[in-house]
Amino acid sequence: MSEINNTNTAVQKVGLGKEIGGLVKHNIRDYMMYIALVVIMIFFNIRTHGSFLTAQNITNLINQAGYVAVLAIGMTLILILVQIDLSVGFVAGFSGAVAAILMTQYHLSEWLAIPIVMLVGLLIGTYQGLIVTKLKVPAFVTTLAGMFIFRGLLSLSLQKTGTIIVPNEGFNALSNGCIPDPTENHLITIIIGAIGVAFVVVSQIRARRNKQKYNFKVSSTPIFVVGLIVVAVIIMLVVTLLAGYNGLPLTAVIVGVILFIYNYMLNKTRLGRYIYGIGGNAQAAELSGINVDKVKLFAFCSMGLLASIAGILFTSRLQSATPTAGTAFEMDAIASAYIGGTAVSGGIGKVTNTIIGTLVIMSLTNGMNLMGVDIAYQYVVKGIIFIIAVAFDVRTRRAAK
Amino acid sequence: MSGYILEMRNIEKVFPGVKALDNVNFSVKKGEIHCLVGENGAGKSTLMKVLSGVYPHGTYSGDIIYNGEVQKFKGIADSEAVGIAIIYQELALIPELTIYENIFFGHEILKGRAVDWNETIVRAKEALKKVGLEHMDPSRKIRDLGVGQQQLVEIAKALSKDVKLLILDEPTSSLNEDDSQNLLQLLRELKSHGVTSIMISHKLKEITAIADTVTVLRDGSTICSMDAHAKELTEAEIIQHMVGRKIENIYPKRESKKPGEVVFELKDWTVEDPERENREILHKVSMKVRKGEIVGLQGLMGAGRTELALSLFGNSRHYRITGGEFFMGGRKCHYRNPAAAIKNGLAYVTEDRKGNGLILIQDIRYNTTIANLNALLSGIAIDANKEIKVANEYKKSINIKAPTIEQKVGNLSGGNQQKVQLAKWMFVEPSVLILDEPTRGIDVGAKLEIYTLMNRLVEQGMSIIMISSELPEVLGMSDRLYVMSEGTITGELTADEASEEKVMALAIQS
Repeated sequence: MSEINNTNTAVQKVGLGKEIGGLVKHNIRDYMMYIALVVIMIFFNIRTHGSFLTAQNITNLINQAGYVAVLAIGMTLILILVQIDLSVGFVAGFSGAVAAILMTQYHLSEWLAIPIVMLVGLLIGTYQGLIVTKLKVPAFVTTLAGMFIFRGLLSLSLQKTGTIIVPNEGFNALSNGCIPDPTENHLITIIIGAIGVAFVVVSQIRARRNKQKYNFKVSSTPIFVVGLIVVAVIIMLVVTLLAGYNGLPLTAVIVGVILFIYNYMLNKTRLGRYIYGIGGNAQAAELSGINVDKVKLFAFCSMGLLASIAGILFTSRLQSATPTAGTAFEMDAIASAYIGGTAVSGGIGKVTNTIIGTLVIMSLTNGMNLMGVDIAYQYVVKGIIFIIAVAFDVRTRRAAK
Repeated sequence: MSGYILEMRNIEKVFPGVKALDNVNFSVKKGEIHCLVGENGAGKSTLMKVLSGVYPHGTYSGDIIYNGEVQKFKGIADSEAVGIAIIYQELALIPELTIYENIFFGHEILKGRAVDWNETIVRAKEALKKVGLEHMDPSRKIRDLGVGQQQLVEIAKALSKDVKLLILDEPTSSLNEDDSQNLLQLLRELKSHGVTSIMISHKLKEITAIADTVTVLRDGSTICSMDAHAKELTEAEIIQHMVGRKIENIYPKRESKKPGEVVFELKDWTVEDPERENREILHKVSMKVRKGEIVGLQGLMGAGRTELALSLFGNSRHYRITGGEFFMGGRKCHYRNPAAAIKNGLAYVTEDRKGNGLILIQDIRYNTTIANLNALLSGIAIDANKEIKVANEYKKSINIKAPTIEQKVGNLSGGNQQKVQLAKWMFVEPSVLILDEPTRGIDVGAKLEIYTLMNRLVEQGMSIIMISSELPEVLGMSDRLYVMSEGTITGELTADEASEEKVMALAIQS
């Protein structure tokens, strides 16, 4: 206990102002991302006369961002490993088409169609992963070829029918509906939010206690508490807003579960360590006894699986499978991961930050759509924001060296 | 002050939080070979970067007086323009280009607007002649040259720019004995042609052989400048100035024990190049290591020592193993990847800690445990508390100098990086540990610590195979040693019968 007090007083002696200065300096990269997101949201809210930050539009934003978030989570792993997957868009599009065909032409229930499609995605990922790891074809080439192949397969599968309308309500609810909530004022949504807040608070306090136990540097109590309060308030605000409309979107739950699993995997398990290690120095990782090819293969398999889930979400969102589904998805996914701070040189990246990156990209899309900006301009704007973010990232990392 | 080509006065250079150079005075006479020595982190490289303009004028305080004029270099181009050239430890040649393209890279010979390749080749030949490579075809690719030859090409490149002051940063650290001797001879020749050289080096033997003046830096300050002609310099004297204390015997003694049973044995191990058929890298290598022994594996660069280690340690470079048997603890084995080798008690500490040893962007904790995460698992997750405990214990017990285990390994000095590598493999607890050049590029103090650690490990029953190019080190540490040359074992000597002359004779035997 005395140790804990010692570290606390030692930190507090530095002075609050100085500590905040130091925090900003060392975490400028992360803070900029949050600031950018807030600025973008406020900007659109003003330009759209308040229709951006409405319950309905936030629900919309979440539903729109879902498939990109799922792709971006998988892409983060790929990029940490200094690989790339360009094929994810059309793999998602093709998976969506397969789902629609299974449900409409083979009259399978969505609960059977979804696992089959996920299996298809897994197989596609395995195929590309094997080409990269066994035949040693660079991922850029392998997945560029994949882009051709799955674009073609997508067109082929919808050639006779054209766009397929999906009638299955359960399926379409995935990206349009909310969690079943019979209570008044969507109380369950608020309770889930509260549980989320409790989870964050408890895990943060435990992590902090642990750090103190080993005399590691921790932020001082006031800053720590303020940080927790800010997070709690944001979560509760969003949840209350959503509860005022239809409640918590199903997409948010799906993305949340995937995010939790991947975050746990990257931070707590051997596999996560290996991914960062290989990205940091593949040769050193191999000589440390890591099976580099196996880990890379895993990343491509996971990417394939997530691409098929993204395809399901997108098809559900449109309630139909179209021949153009999947176009440029990979651009949003890759941009999300990089904006979220994944290092261009590999070895560094967090899926939680990638989600912030996704929110930045999708807020831009959503906001500009609300403003009625032409899609051509949207690409230009997103590209500019993307390059600014990465340039900033590269500069701050170099300065840190 | 004529006679001095360079004077650096009261140089002070501050990095955030560290004073790298503190009031350094450094004077170099025209036409001499001036050696700059000091432990790692003493400020040698920083000083040279100030001199060459890598740290431009204004980022340091003090004066650089070159040829009698105060210089204000804004970048390397400025210092090159007045005839200062630096050759770094890591060579700056482009492997896929030819020798002549490399020599004139950045200052191409033009005819009108196009490059005049004929003239370039002629001039490249002249430059090669100056460094003793008159028979080298300038149209060969750098990739196909040995490290020693590459170094000479790098010097030829500097000479082609009409260099007056040549700075070499540890030029012989990756060269074998022959190439090192060649290089030193070349420096002497350049000296007779009026070129002044500054050589940064850790190899005291070379320094005493070649230096006209030796300047010692310690902790960012000049300790002394010694004239080698006024009084004979001894290695002990230089070491004493470098570390600020007398080192009586840098090879710590360990209690002699009866060696135990054979734990590692090779019989006629033969390995071929994976790309060129029938080109043997190793030919019928046989050796034995007993429990608790340190066995030296000496040989010149290119003798096949690292290749031998890698072919045993999971063969990650995919050499073709065409013959022979390998036993660990009496069991015949063949490891298909490093993971399998590790699992069976074999560990390999690479010679290239930055290139393939450590993950520099990760911290000490990460690098300490990465090879043995299984020991930290609770369920499917890594037990963070246990991990911190393990990393802290190693940090303390082998004296890794860093504020916490959360320090990034890339920010540590060479000696401390090497200790992290050792901690990583100690945590694996192998029965046989192969150390490949364990003290390359680290300072005397850290060397001593690593030797002591090696002794501790063998006393605990581990066996160590020590690959090293430094003769005194191999002789000082080994119970027994094998000498390799051109892929075969040319001799086996016990500690008592080994001498520098005997080992050298075996190492150059073919």
